[in-house]
Amino acid sequence: MTKASDIVVKTKQIVKKHGGDKSSLIAVLQDIQEAFNYLPKQALTTAAKTMNMPLSRVYEAATFYTAFSLKPRGENVVRICKGTACHVRGASALQDKFERTLGIKPGEMTPDGKFSLETVNCVGACALGPIVVINTEYHGQMTMNKVDKLIGKINEEGAQR
Amino acid sequence: MKEIPNIQARQVQDDLRINYGPNKKFITICAGTGCRAYGSLKVKEALEAEIKKQNMNVEVLATGCFGFCEKGPMVVVHPHKYFYHQVKVEDVPEIVSKTVANGEVISRLLYRHPDTKKTLFREEDLPFYKKQLRVVFGSNGMIDPTRIEDYLAIDGYQALGKALSEMTPEGVISEVKKAGLRGRGGGGFPTGVKWEGVRRAHGEPKYVIANGDEGDPGAYMDRSLMEGNPHSVIEGMIIGAYAVGAQDGYIYVRNEYPLAVMHLTMAIAAAREAGILGKNILGTDFSFDIHIKKGAGAFVCGESSALFASIEGRAGEPRAKYVHAVEKGLWDKPTVLNNVETWANVPLIINRGADWYASIGTEKSKGTKIFSLVGKIKNTGLIEVPMGTTLYEIIYDMGGGISNDRKFKAVQTGGPSGGCIPESLLDLPVDFDKLHEVGSMMGSGGMIVMDDRSCMVDVARYFLAFLQEESCGKCVPCREGIRRMSDILEDICAGKGKEGDIDLLENMSQAIIDGSLCALGGSAPNPVLSTIKYFREEYDAHIKDHRCPAGVCKALITYTIDPEKCTGCGLCIKVCPTQATSGEKKKPHTIDNDKCIRCGACIESCKFDAINVE
Repeated sequence: MTKASDIVVKTKQIVKKHGGDKSSLIAVLQDIQEAFNYLPKQALTTAAKTMNMPLSRVYEAATFYTAFSLKPRGENVVRICKGTACHVRGASALQDKFERTLGIKPGEMTPDGKFSLETVNCVGACALGPIVVINTEYHGQMTMNKVDKLIGKINEEGAQR
Repeated sequence: MKEIPNIQARQVQDDLRINYGPNKKFITICAGTGCRAYGSLKVKEALEAEIKKQNMNVEVLATGCFGFCEKGPMVVVHPHKYFYHQVKVEDVPEIVSKTVANGEVISRLLYRHPDTKKTLFREEDLPFYKKQLRVVFGSNGMIDPTRIEDYLAIDGYQALGKALSEMTPEGVISEVKKAGLRGRGGGGFPTGVKWEGVRRAHGEPKYVIANGDEGDPGAYMDRSLMEGNPHSVIEGMIIGAYAVGAQDGYIYVRNEYPLAVMHLTMAIAAAREAGILGKNILGTDFSFDIHIKKGAGAFVCGESSALFASIEGRAGEPRAKYVHAVEKGLWDKPTVLNNVETWANVPLIINRGADWYASIGTEKSKGTKIFSLVGKIKNTGLIEVPMGTTLYEIIYDMGGGISNDRKFKAVQTGGPSGGCIPESLLDLPVDFDKLHEVGSMMGSGGMIVMDDRSCMVDVARYFLAFLQEESCGKCVPCREGIRRMSDILEDICAGKGKEGDIDLLENMSQAIIDGSLCALGGSAPNPVLSTIKYFREEYDAHIKDHRCPAGVCKALITYTIDPEKCTGCGLCIKVCPTQATSGEKKKPHTIDNDKCIRCGACIESCKFDAINVE
């Protein structure tokens, strides 16, 4: 767990890097999420204060965009593509399978903090559907049979960041 | 005559042509996102290591997407241009010692014609490529997108030089108007007319923006252009900025496209360094610079006013367009917003002339269009065809037909705002207006092919669920209306449909179309209306007979095992998560339908196609 004072320092650095202008809010939030894997409350209050804008505006942006998470996310983020091409090739069945294997629903994190499950509207690699992105790695032409093995392997060896 | 400002660029080009002459040995390998997922970067490393090991001096270029994503990773060995597909690291030593060293072809790696079984040597011989006209997308496979020199070598920035030295801003606009270029983002608005509006608009500064927020699920051509040929987009934007009198521009890219962001960032830096972007471009008094803005995952941000709000750092909510973006766009200043593909068309028009451009396509839709051909199709990938090419040619000649030779049911175009087109309309020539006439639209160019195992009610449900999530929530008809329509469709798919639901859906559609501010709401009912129009009997089957003819909607189907086909191998017992399958070894198995959750695991694992869905 990152200390509150560290969050404040890091957030101030990020705001400064983007020049502090209000139009940089989304880029600031992206960098905060990059640094902490989610948007900690402390970071949002700090950003609002440093950028001289109401906290409500920061929360408006933080909750509007689906890429942002207000809850801590797992060490590994599993994102299931729900684009049309993946949908017609069985993405829903694949999602059910991941839910069964990990024991969580999209938007949740496993109790050990190892995995988060998310869905994404389309990752733009439609030829490889159905596709699952784990952290930065693309797993194309996924099948239900491959899921347990893949998760098992990440549990043992870790995954590409 | 003014001194030609791009003389320096020409010098670079001449040098480069020598480097990439017709007899030069080099290798290109597709390194688009798709091929990377297949492991193309590992193949590239292996090629480089093997070349070094065999003491050769041959360059390996990691290029942008070749388009034929189905068969990646793809490698082309020059100067013979042998086209190898599905290349693995194990194939590398042979490629280097035979093809690179001696020009010998390895037939196992060549593509085989699916009907004639003949091996085909070069890209242009493949049925997938044969009918394409790849004027925008074709350069992708020839250059390393991270090097500006490669772009210069294929006549990159020539159009910019021509525009700045030989043409007035008005001349550029009239050329683009004459070419008949229409916006590739979906609307199809004439680009030159938009530019003219911004040129004439009062208010400074003016902005140009590239919309790279490719949100339509199932579409990825803009991604491939930004990744594979970022300079073509940048060049188009600089020419546009010169034409309208802008000094600042933005490229708004989806957060989900990290490689595109990286390549664009590198390209912008290289262009600045070369004096192509920034102050006094190519020695003229014209100055212009481009900044990248990353989206954060909101479909509605593809809509112009929502995109402006997002660049300004706010939630992406559209606003009423009493005043158009050409007058009041970003920060209420005159703004040109064009799609990535539209920008990439601009240098071609300037280089080769409006007459050439206008000679391609149909009467009212000029040029080519890139489509992403995906779904239940044999040859998935990106294709570029002249406007007016028929759906049949695209799906059967280039796409090779339906996966597993199943029966074609529909092709979905235009993303969530588009519609599903049935078999009876396969001869339709694809252009902006024809697609609109049949109740769909061009959109950004996604074409998702569906077979008899795709349920059209489920597809409508899918899109409405998508749009319900992505509605920004500002207008009540869109926010509440789509939700209610989505609920009704969920019910129909769950076997709880009622008489009159279809009429209700149609009535609500009209209310949502009439009452929504932006195009997201205004076109949201399209997937429902088009599927009702062409596939009403499927709705009836769900509602009246409680049956899903395609075997998709879980509540309306049952799984059974065909005793004739089942060999009793036991695989379905192993994979079933609820122990619903049972039976003795080597004897036909059975499924207990009370336990079965219709997850499909047994179907996926059965090698004998023994599981029936009814």
